[in-house]
Amino acid sequence: MANNSTDLPVFDTSVPRADDVSDATKEIVSEMASAADYFELLKPRVMSLVVFTTLIGMIMASTGADGGVHPVVAFTALLLIALGAGASGALNMWYDADIDANMERTRTRPIPSGRISKDSALAFGLTLSAGSVMCLGVFVNWLSAGLLAFTIFFYAVVYTVWLKRHTAQNIVIGGAAGAFPPVVGWAAATGTVDVLPVLMFAIIFFWTPPHFWALALLKNKEYTENNIPMMPVVAGSKNTRFQILAYSLVMAGFAALPALLGHAGLFYALFSTALSAVFVVMSFWLFIATDARQAAASKALFAYSILYLFLLFAGFPADKLIGI
Amino acid sequence: MKEEFEGTPEWSDELLARRRKRAAVMGWVLAGFVVLFFLVTVVKLGSNIVQRAL
Repeated sequence: MANNSTDLPVFDTSVPRADDVSDATKEIVSEMASAADYFELLKPRVMSLVVFTTLIGMIMASTGADGGVHPVVAFTALLLIALGAGASGALNMWYDADIDANMERTRTRPIPSGRISKDSALAFGLTLSAGSVMCLGVFVNWLSAGLLAFTIFFYAVVYTVWLKRHTAQNIVIGGAAGAFPPVVGWAAATGTVDVLPVLMFAIIFFWTPPHFWALALLKNKEYTENNIPMMPVVAGSKNTRFQILAYSLVMAGFAALPALLGHAGLFYALFSTALSAVFVVMSFWLFIATDARQAAASKALFAYSILYLFLLFAGFPADKLIGI
Repeated sequence: MKEEFEGTPEWSDELLARRRKRAAVMGWVLAGFVVLFFLVTVVKLGSNIVQRAL
């Protein structure tokens, strides 16, 4: 866990943050960081979703005609892909430290709270990015390494630097970064890319706007104050809720495609239909919600969206296991 | 905004202990990678030997 400022004998967090001091004191201030603070830079909760979807991609790839890889190589690939995703999270925290400091949800992160300097976070993110890509290329294959490099670039540069502060489509386009992991996992296991991982990509891609806009509706005031053009800030609540419903319907369509195209069986067809139906109903509930009920509906959709993705992806190997 | 601390920063026992702990964690992580990469090398070399042309 993160350090608590109260146990610091020399400095406490009321002193300047690591980046607000001169070089002479920067080194010793950065010594406040623990290994757990660096781990927090990797965005472990986002990383858990990346690890899970990558693992599903690898498992499904190993059941296909191209076969799989040795478990040791598979574990190494999973670890390196997780580290690459974490590295892009660290680079995101480095660039967005100014915004993070002003938002309740993010102000306790290692950089805005002063436990890690921006320079240290940048060095950490760049080193891990290069290291994870190179090692994945050498020890697994260069297709997955190239896809991982593109994913890191897309999240850290295209989304964080180019899109986030400049367009309401930031999450829509940037969502591609979060959608790549099952494709990278598939490529790591087989050295190729097939139809199923592309469908997995599409499911996560169209899942991201409803997922994130449900949160953005809840945090609209903070995004507005920080001039971040999230969809609710730019288009308003009603329009955003309509778009959430529209994207939910498209996502539900893509979630059904693996079964319709013969890449999954009856179990997946029934399971995904039930999960997607609940998602669409909750989106519709949010769309028609009164002002008084909007926060509750947003919170419920945000929580369910996370559960939805975990269950839907768990449905792929479960379908293979059940075999109907 | 840049500003200086009042007084001179010191290497307290607490800060030195944190540095030692970070170094220890880094050491274990690196050792883990050494073992993992050795195993991957063995696995890859092994499969190449099995599949070599006779």
